[in-house]
Amino acid sequence: MKIIKNKSIVEDDWSVLRLNAQQLPENTQVPEGRVIVPLQVWLKQRQALLERAEIGVWFASDERPELLKGDIERFSVIAIDFPKFSDGRGYSIAYNLRVRLGYTKELRAIGDVLRDQLFYMQRVGFDAFEPRSDRNIEDALKGLTDFSEVYQKSVDQPLPLFRRVERSIT
Amino acid sequence: MYRYDQYDHQIVRERVAQFRDQVRRRLSGELKEEEFMPLRLQNGLYMQIHGYMLRIAVPYGLISSKQMRMFAHIARKYDRGYGHFTTRQNIQFNWLKLEEVPDILQDLASVEMHAIQTSGNCVRNITSDEFAGVAQDEVVDTRPYAEILRQWSTFNPEFAYLPRKFKIAISGAKEDRAAIYAHDIGLSIIKNAQGEIGFRVLVGGGLGRTPIIGVEIRDFIPWQHILTYVESILRVYNQYGRRDNKFKARIKILVKALGIEEFKRQVEDDWQHLKDGPGTLTNEEVARVQSFFVDPAYEALPDHDSKLNEFKADSRSFSNWMLRNVLPHRVPGYAIVVLSMKKVGNVPGDATAEQMDTMAKLADRYSFGELRVTHKQNIVLADVRQKDLISLWQEATAYELTEPNIGLLTDIISCPGAEFCTLANARSIPLAKMIAERFESIDFQHDIGDISLNISGCMNACGQHHIGNIGITGVEKKDHEEWYQVSVGGSEGNESSLGKIIGPSFSFDQIPEVIDRLLQVYLRERIEAERFIDTVRRIGYVPFKDYVYADEFAVEDESATDKHTVVPAQYDIPYYSPRF
Repeated sequence: MKIIKNKSIVEDDWSVLRLNAQQLPENTQVPEGRVIVPLQVWLKQRQALLERAEIGVWFASDERPELLKGDIERFSVIAIDFPKFSDGRGYSIAYNLRVRLGYTKELRAIGDVLRDQLFYMQRVGFDAFEPRSDRNIEDALKGLTDFSEVYQKSVDQPLPLFRRVERSIT
Repeated sequence: MYRYDQYDHQIVRERVAQFRDQVRRRLSGELKEEEFMPLRLQNGLYMQIHGYMLRIAVPYGLISSKQMRMFAHIARKYDRGYGHFTTRQNIQFNWLKLEEVPDILQDLASVEMHAIQTSGNCVRNITSDEFAGVAQDEVVDTRPYAEILRQWSTFNPEFAYLPRKFKIAISGAKEDRAAIYAHDIGLSIIKNAQGEIGFRVLVGGGLGRTPIIGVEIRDFIPWQHILTYVESILRVYNQYGRRDNKFKARIKILVKALGIEEFKRQVEDDWQHLKDGPGTLTNEEVARVQSFFVDPAYEALPDHDSKLNEFKADSRSFSNWMLRNVLPHRVPGYAIVVLSMKKVGNVPGDATAEQMDTMAKLADRYSFGELRVTHKQNIVLADVRQKDLISLWQEATAYELTEPNIGLLTDIISCPGAEFCTLANARSIPLAKMIAERFESIDFQHDIGDISLNISGCMNACGQHHIGNIGITGVEKKDHEEWYQVSVGGSEGNESSLGKIIGPSFSFDQIPEVIDRLLQVYLRERIEAERFIDTVRRIGYVPFKDYVYADEFAVEDESATDKHTVVPAQYDIPYYSPRF
């Protein structure tokens, strides 16, 4: 599968485990290979999953990043799910993961991920995006470059414009 | 006023390009309406009954004559020759074509304007005191801080998809003229005992379905910390505000559910991480932005002009206008002039392209080329020499801009209502016109004195009916007829209060009589110079209610024209209208 990572389109072999209504986080079998599991699966099956070399975890939009405190360093990929692109909680989860919990590895947006939100997502710390499968990924990539300047600080740019440049009318 | 530098220009230019591409993708079908909707809303573009409505941002209500002329240009070129000033100090155009909107944005960018975040679930236009910089009771000029907040909120990546819209208002004077108690965040700039500048912060106010007066979360936060403190409030709201029910999604519901103490604890916890960090405002930045708001070149003038008194004695119209539409200025020899957009018979808040051009010309001639939009949908010339008042009045009168009714009964605040808006239950504008015509007598209005009358076509309260001394709301009825609830006792400002509904709703035709009866109670009960609102506060709403319902209303004249046709026949509904 192709995803966007570090501003380019790359092949990726991580799969995202999603539970259906009947599956319980405590006893759902996590498939072999590189799997991004729901946070609840990680929390319930932590002992067993600690053995696995490569495991990722994803947050639902109503879950708190602090729930992963202490384990953050173990992950080379953390994902945040956007159940609908208009659900903006994922932006604050990303910010908190990066700034408050100091997570530095890959942070991936999954779910209803669309071109026109990518610029904002990138700003709050996402560096990988799995655009919705019915959309053209080349097209989505363009969303990262809508703006070349920003006013306020966030994860990608820790200083607001007024601390970075000398502003005057030319 | 603030002028764009290369950064502002670049950001707005890139926005135009971005939106042009979004419109292209919508027209080609690449973007579904469901996906396009939040994008167009964040650019102020609504799909209304007649097609697309564009709301253009007028940051904190301040515009130049050049920008006003651009509105006239847009009205002529893309619309039907007029625009509508709104209660949040913006302007909207009602009859646009989607494919032309990118060009309109490009035209706007050429005069340092845009439509960014004038709608959608994001931080909206920051509104402020329309008399900032010139009011006699001002403590601190709000404009630099409003501009700083505008930049902070523009494309703020974390807060673009909030649970619901988010409105911030700032006041910096003793009297609140920005309705800060009715905003998601209300800011009041104050000085502490040591003379240091800071903000009193209110949170969780708002009108709509669940009107709530904002509560204090901080009595004083030094100015350096205002951006980070607001950021923390937004972060708590973004995470915990309800998203399951649109009608319970505003921050006021969260603050109520948690209680202000718990809400504050969460905000302060978050803020501990930001305090003194890079988001902290600097002296340099405030000084830079303040440099755009220095005084214009005021002349040293005497504070009284004898010609004015002579002319007042000769002209009742002029003296009425002086009484209501001209306010004292902090600089001797100058005055603040309010141009009324409420001429009886016209639509409240509407201005024609010709009027816009005229106002621009008057601003150039008499007020340093600047104007302000008020939250009561009028236009202010803030720096007029008193000796120019007569000629200004004469020129403005020729364009129906001098109705002497500011703060009076016919200075009605009205939403667009069911003729334009898909949400409304009932018409607002024809009701406002009918009321204005009934109480047209200016002597009667001056006798009644200060009063506010607000009309909303539905409970979403765009006409801010909860804070009108008299509030009128269009309510839903099964039979598709229009019915209105009436409330009394609402008010804005330092003593904000929410109106009380007096009883069962009324038909369209009964409303003027209802208002007449309310006024009769006031005239009977008032003590000396007591205002309407003071009488309501003193005697309560019951005497008003009793009198209004005491007698039957005259039977409606069934031969009256299309009063129950929500969209009058003269409107030409275009093919892309959702109602088509």
